[in-house]
Amino acid sequence: MPVDRPEGAALPAGKGARIDLSGMTKRYGGAAAVDDVTLTVEPGEFMTFLGPSGSGKTTTLNMIAGFTDITSGTLRIDDRPVGDVPAHKRDIGVVFQHYALFPHMTVAQNVAFPLRQRKVPRAERDRLVAAALETVQLPGHASRYPRELSGGQQQRVALARAIVFSPRVLLMDEPLGALDRKLREFLQLEIKRIHREVGSTFVFVTHDQEEALILSDRVAVFNNARIEQVGTARDLYERPATLFVARFLGESTILRGTATPDGSRARLDLDGLAVQASGGVRSGPAALVVRPERLRLEPDRPDAAGTGGNAVPVTVVEEIYLGSARKLEVLLPGGGRGLVREQAGTASDLRVGDRARLCWHPDDCVLLPDDPTTERIFT
Amino acid sequence: MSARLARAALWITGALVAAWLVAPTLVVIPLGFTDKVSLTFPPTGWSTRWYANFFGDPAWTAALANSVLVGVLVAVVATTLGTAAAFGLSRWTNGRGAAAASVLLLAPMIVPGIILAIGIYAVFLKLGLAGTLAGFVAAHTVLALPFVVVSVTASLRTFDVRLETAAASLGAGRWATFRQVTLPLITPGVVSGALFAFVTSFDEVVVSLFIQSPTLVTLPVQMYSSVTRETDPTLAAAATMILVLTTVLVGGGLTLAARRNRAR
Repeated sequence: MPVDRPEGAALPAGKGARIDLSGMTKRYGGAAAVDDVTLTVEPGEFMTFLGPSGSGKTTTLNMIAGFTDITSGTLRIDDRPVGDVPAHKRDIGVVFQHYALFPHMTVAQNVAFPLRQRKVPRAERDRLVAAALETVQLPGHASRYPRELSGGQQQRVALARAIVFSPRVLLMDEPLGALDRKLREFLQLEIKRIHREVGSTFVFVTHDQEEALILSDRVAVFNNARIEQVGTARDLYERPATLFVARFLGESTILRGTATPDGSRARLDLDGLAVQASGGVRSGPAALVVRPERLRLEPDRPDAAGTGGNAVPVTVVEEIYLGSARKLEVLLPGGGRGLVREQAGTASDLRVGDRARLCWHPDDCVLLPDDPTTERIFT
Repeated sequence: MSARLARAALWITGALVAAWLVAPTLVVIPLGFTDKVSLTFPPTGWSTRWYANFFGDPAWTAALANSVLVGVLVAVVATTLGTAAAFGLSRWTNGRGAAAASVLLLAPMIVPGIILAIGIYAVFLKLGLAGTLAGFVAAHTVLALPFVVVSVTASLRTFDVRLETAAASLGAGRWATFRQVTLPLITPGVVSGALFAFVTSFDEVVVSLFIQSPTLVTLPVQMYSSVTRETDPTLAAAATMILVLTTVLVGGGLTLAARRNRAR
């Protein structure tokens, strides 16, 4: 991405490192904070660790940074095992939620800190500091103290300080967590741009699924000290591997019943009803997940012809007007709630209280093993 | 109304207590400026001859020089050791061990000075440290250490340990992190610890009386022997100078520390 700036002011664009986590485990006493995590982050990739608090994502990040000892498993950066390398020798940049700027140093001294540790000559140091501040779009603040800056500006300084020594890996632990929504959205785009410019491998921790989808090449969803699924935003949203992932990312309608394989498809029996899903499934308790925009509501008329798809009788209980679309909440046969999204141009004329048929194509849903533990997390 | 009354009562009580504590100290100031050859209060005439006498008498000037030298050395040694100890205590994850070590470090504050003095005297005689500069510095360091530990510990309590993690991620080893991040941020505590250490040594008399030698006498010891031999107002002049010096040092140091803290 070409950005207009004076000659020689750019940070050298490096190449990102590959990070290999294999069977990484961290135990505190008997309890596992991270349990057997295996994952490869590709060079230059933007990987996000997404999960609720206490799911192990920050502990995993801290093990990569070297702040936390690894109980078992191996960590390799560019095929070199680094589990025993102390944090200050790993050459990994870290951005913290609480900024962690040195209050007794000016912005320029903060950003120069990693260069001073590396004995970079004065002239070169000044040039790199200016380039880093330019990259985070904060020139002209070099002689200020952190306390004189706003939260967003402080986080930019922290970012400049973490990239100024061109680390091949940059870790970010909820860096935008302390900022308000507007600023957060703006800085997300900035972080994306900086990722493109510096070319390092980025690992970003957040509990905000929207942030994860906006920023990442791939997302690793953490739950209960383990990784549930790794994939692109599209994979996770459209083909969730577990009920947890389906419920954590985006909205969905969930139907619970008993699954049985049925040719190339699978059948889910609800009380007195049967619906179909594509793909194979193990027999047993299962949950069928459909995204709101894949659902269609049709008026409940006796003459309505079967479309070959799935249809379930429902009652509309709530309407949420969104301008470009509307969301309808419906009461499902089992007693649960479903969510339908209708685009403004193609919306039905159903109202709250109307009975309707909830329809979808078997290819547009996923059938997953039921996981009762998700009830505890999501309700 | 009753709140105002209560506040007035508080002020009056405070002023009375302060006067009670400070007045005897202030009495020595006019005593030193008397024109009589004995300590008389209230003074009947004014003169600076006792100050001239102080600076003209090698016994007094040597004692002053000794006290300053010992005080400065104690400040350096006690501040170094005390800062290291406070830092270690703050990182000691075994709570019980840390508590025991801290009681041990603070013990010289509680143990009666005379007991400490007898113990130190006995040991120093054996080691040949009695009456030596090293002996004075060692003995006073023991007494000064708790003040440094207390004030540096207070500073470390407000220090954000996460800054050290950040420094490590930026490539700074432990020593570099301490030098460039931790130490600058706890400087107010270290400076006031050093001042307290100097002052502790500068006005220490009990232990010094035991370990003095004819060739090494500190100012408080010289004052003590002066008061037992003759009641010469030079003593009051010396006392006034100690009073001014310690007040300026401690008051100035604490104001400086407070201002640095506010600037953050």
